[in-house]
Amino acid sequence: MSELASYNFAYLDEQTKRMIRRAILKGIAIPGYQVPFASREMPMPYGWGTGGVQVTASIIGPDDVLKVIDQGADDTTNAVSIRAFIKKVANVAVTTKTAEATIIQTRHRIPEAELQAGQTIVFQVPIPEPLRFLEPRETETRKMHALEEYGLMHVKLYEDIARHGRIATTYAYPVRVEGRYVMDPSPTPKFDNPKMHMSAALQLFGAGREKRIYAVPPYTKVVSLDFEDHPFEVQTFDKPCALCSAEQVYLDEVVLDDRGGRMFVCSDTDHCETRRAEGHRGEMAGEAA
Amino acid sequence: MMIIDEPLLRASSVTKLYGSRVGCEDVSFELWPGEVLAVVGESGSGKTTLLNCLSTRLPPTAGSVSYRMRDGNFRDLYEMSEAERRFLMRTDWGFVHQNPADGLRMTVSAGANVGERLMAIGDRHYGKIRSTAIDWLTRVEIAQDRIDDQPRAFSGGMRQRLQIARNLVTGPRLVFMDEPTGGLDVSVQARLLDLLRGLVSDLGLAAIVVTHDLAVARLLSQRMMVMKDGRVIETGLTDRVLDDPREPYTQLLVSSILQV
Repeated sequence: MSELASYNFAYLDEQTKRMIRRAILKGIAIPGYQVPFASREMPMPYGWGTGGVQVTASIIGPDDVLKVIDQGADDTTNAVSIRAFIKKVANVAVTTKTAEATIIQTRHRIPEAELQAGQTIVFQVPIPEPLRFLEPRETETRKMHALEEYGLMHVKLYEDIARHGRIATTYAYPVRVEGRYVMDPSPTPKFDNPKMHMSAALQLFGAGREKRIYAVPPYTKVVSLDFEDHPFEVQTFDKPCALCSAEQVYLDEVVLDDRGGRMFVCSDTDHCETRRAEGHRGEMAGEAA
Repeated sequence: MMIIDEPLLRASSVTKLYGSRVGCEDVSFELWPGEVLAVVGESGSGKTTLLNCLSTRLPPTAGSVSYRMRDGNFRDLYEMSEAERRFLMRTDWGFVHQNPADGLRMTVSAGANVGERLMAIGDRHYGKIRSTAIDWLTRVEIAQDRIDDQPRAFSGGMRQRLQIARNLVTGPRLVFMDEPTGGLDVSVQARLLDLLRGLVSDLGLAAIVVTHDLAVARLLSQRMMVMKDGRVIETGLTDRVLDDPREPYTQLLVSSILQV
């Protein structure tokens, strides 16, 4: 690590980390509220998870074990790069096992294995404002949050039903946190929304470009918005995972050839590997593994 | 018939200054339930400033505006919290803008435009919201099958009617209108006025209508205020003011109407 001697622990300087920690503490104190913070330039482009990296860098300590996932996978570019970056600048242990990690930074998924007390999950958020596409003025959306004027959020869901016959929003599905703030859970599939409800883990959200941090403390009510006659429901899949035969998990569609061949596999790679190690076998486990 | 012995809205000495320029000055009046009051005058006479001051969109420099809430108590509008004020604006009040694009959400469907206020006050049943929206579209003469179209696809007159439906869906007691027929051609204006007149009398709405069009004032309103240079120079029953104007300026205004 000698060539990195000029970097502070976890890349950010101590003053910045204190500033971010203050924002995180405020976010935890007001679940779902978007706390503005002085987002820093990071050595990666906006949209690659600069918010999540700053949150992770501010809370990580030498004893932490880090896991980074991108769309559920530990081995995609974004996940590999961020994991390598934090490992390099903080010299912490990294893992791909959900159960072993103390901090999980994620883009677009919550792991299938239930998170435990003591774990922290850090979401990378592109657009923290759930009302953004309905009301472009930031001054107005802040006022709407302050005054709990959330009728507009239902206008979006109404539009979905009017156009598609059902609520067609499948990701970044708005939730209400502890009966107060409406929050964008980041572009996770709505399949993961129920996992946020009363989760034992601390959930932190960082939006680097938009300079916002928000949080859901452990054991907090997180309710997906819906209509009485069109209740919230998650996606279901016809078949189990082709590799580990898991059901009730979120599956990715993988195109196998140009003749329409495809398979559905767990999006959470760690979950799939763990199940296969336990001896579960899906219908394509032999040929595709 | 119930005898109403208290006004709905009371303005006392409402003054709005823009620096040293006068927007409106020392305007006092009372508006009674079910009454339509027209505010007329030429451009720049302070009509819209007054309307904005009354509807809490623009705090006056001096004076006060109080409103009789549904519980019967008068409240000073500018001493209410912003949350209460906004709640009042989307339940008990309506505001019809001259340009429908200011009062509508142009990128969501007509049904959602009408339903927004219902959802804002906590309605969470899609079927009920939709049937209420259909009911209101019918009342403002918009075909049911246009419910899922965006107002962008509507003509000017339809947009204005949609804006009216959107405002009336919560059963407000008071509607502010800023040149509701401005920019529409005469036959469309006539139908819109007809519609407004019907709705106002059916629902017992009180309304304050700002217009420079004396014909609109004559058709819609029972009482009228003539403004000039920010001051009210003449008030009275509409027919009286138009048939027997007393102030020289009002006489000029009335005699300026083009006769076809």
